[in-house]
Amino acid sequence: MAFLFNSFLDWKAYSVAHSMELYDVVLEYEQDHKGQSAEEIMKGILRAYQVMCDAVKTGLNEEMKSRSGMINDGAKKVFQSPITVLSPEFQKLVARALAAKEVNSCMGRIVAAPTAGASGILPGTLVTLQEIHQLPDSVMVNALLLSAGIALIIQEKASLAGAVGGCQAETGSAAAMAAGAITFALGGTVDQQFNAVGITIQCMLGLVCDPVAGLVEVPCVVRNASAAAIANASAQMALAGLDPVIPVDQCVEAMGEIGQSMETRYKETALGGLAATRTGQEIAKKVLIQDIDILPDED
Amino acid sequence: MAKQSSIFNMIGPVMIGPSSSHTAGVVRIGRVAIRLLGVIPEQAVITFYNSFARTYEGHGSDRAILAGLMDFKTDDKRIKESLQLAKELPLHYIFKSVGNASTLHPNTIKLELKKNDKQIEVIGESLGGGVINIAEVDGFVTNFSASLHSLLIMAEDVKGSIAFIANVISNDQCNIANMSVSRKGKNKMACLAIEMDSGIKPTTLMYLKALHWVNEVIYVPDIDL
Repeated sequence: MAFLFNSFLDWKAYSVAHSMELYDVVLEYEQDHKGQSAEEIMKGILRAYQVMCDAVKTGLNEEMKSRSGMINDGAKKVFQSPITVLSPEFQKLVARALAAKEVNSCMGRIVAAPTAGASGILPGTLVTLQEIHQLPDSVMVNALLLSAGIALIIQEKASLAGAVGGCQAETGSAAAMAAGAITFALGGTVDQQFNAVGITIQCMLGLVCDPVAGLVEVPCVVRNASAAAIANASAQMALAGLDPVIPVDQCVEAMGEIGQSMETRYKETALGGLAATRTGQEIAKKVLIQDIDILPDED
Repeated sequence: MAKQSSIFNMIGPVMIGPSSSHTAGVVRIGRVAIRLLGVIPEQAVITFYNSFARTYEGHGSDRAILAGLMDFKTDDKRIKESLQLAKELPLHYIFKSVGNASTLHPNTIKLELKKNDKQIEVIGESLGGGVINIAEVDGFVTNFSASLHSLLIMAEDVKGSIAFIANVISNDQCNIANMSVSRKGKNKMACLAIEMDSGIKPTTLMYLKALHWVNEVIYVPDIDL
C-alpha cells in the first residue's frame, strides 16, 4: 500500500522506513493509484516541465495583451528594463513568472500547477533555478514530483482552490511547492525542504482572492511574480538552517483554518478587496457582459 | 484520503488558460455534446447562465465552447482563434446570457445543437479544475462526468431493463462506476446514464441498440483521448 499524502511528518517517516527519497514516495503513489509505470509518469512530468519552459518563452517573445486590456506585455517590460533592482537573475525570475502567468491570462498553453491562477510560479522559479545552477532535467523532474507531493498534502489538509481558501490556497500553495523544489534541487535535507514549505506558507497566509472583474488577471499576475520571489527567499532561509518554529504540518493547518473563516467576498467572488474598489468596479462594468436576461426571483 | 488526486492534477492539467473552470471545463462540455449529437453541429445556440453569464467573454468561455464543439482538446492552441475558425467551418453560433437561474449550478451552459435532421439539447456544469457534470440531455437528468467511458441509453420504462442492461455490460467485462436513471413519467421513456471504467465493444453496443425496447444508445468514450 503506497503512502497516502496526509502529512509531512508521515511522508518523512514513510520515506525513512522504506529507504526511499521523498520524490520516490510520490512516484510510488501515482503508480499505485493510477496504474502507470514510473517511466510513463516521469515522461509526463518532463512534458509538463517543457510546457512550463515554453510558456515562459512565449510570454517573453509573443504579444501578451488580454481582451480586458489589463494585461499588456508586463513580463517583457520587466525583462528589458534597464534598471536592475537586485541582480539580473532576480529581474529574470520576476519577468519569467509574469511571462508564464500572462500566457495563461491571454489564452495560451500552460500547466495548472497547482491551478491555472498560479501557473506562473513554478515556471518562473524552476527555469531560473535550472539556468543559474545548470541542473539536468532529471533533477527538475524529481523536484516537480516532490512539489506534487507537497500539493497533495495541502489539498488534503487545507485547499488549493481560491474559491475555497482564497489566494493563499493558489499562489501560496504554488510558492510552497516551488520553495520545496528549490531546496531539494540545491541539496537541502528533508527537514530543510519541509522548512522551506513552512516558511513560504507563513509568508503567504491570509492572502485573499479578489480578482478585478472576476478575471484571472489583476492581481493574479503580479502575485505570481511576488510569490516566486517569496519562494526563493524561503528556500534561502531554509537552506541556511533557519527554523520556522511552527512545524510545516501546523502551518498547513493554519492555512486551512484561515481559509475556512475567510469571508465569501474574498474567495474568487469578485465582491471584495481590489475587485470592490472604485476602479475595480469601473473595469468590471466595462468588460462584463451587460446584455443579460435576469430571471425573476422564485418565491 | 477521500480524493486521491493524480499528481497530474497537481502538476497539470496542461491546458489553455485562463481558468480551469471557464476554459478547460467548458471545452470538455463541448466535446461531450458533439459526441452526443454524433457530429460537429452546423448551428449552435449557446446560453451561459449565472456566474458564466457575465464573465464568459472575459474568461474566453465563448471561444472555449466553440473549440469544444469543433472537437479541439483542452490544450489546443487553436482555442484562442476558435471564433474565427467556427465562422470558416461554418458553425453558426449565437450566444445568450441568463442570470439568476436559481435552480442551475453557478457555472452552467445550455447547448442547443443542430445539423441536418440531428439535434440535441445538453446542459453542462463546470465544477472547477476542469471537472464537469453533464446534468441533462434532451430533458432527461443524466448527471455524468465524462471522465470515464459513458453510455446513454434511452429505453422504454419496462421492468427489469436496468438489470438486463447491467448484465449485458458486465458480460463485456466492463465495470460500472456510476449509473443514474431518470424518466419522463411512469411507463414512458427512461434514460440510463452509465459510467464505465473501461471501453465497451462495438458488438455489445449493436446488441443493445437492437433490443426492441431500446430507442437510442449513445456511447461517449473518454473525451480527453
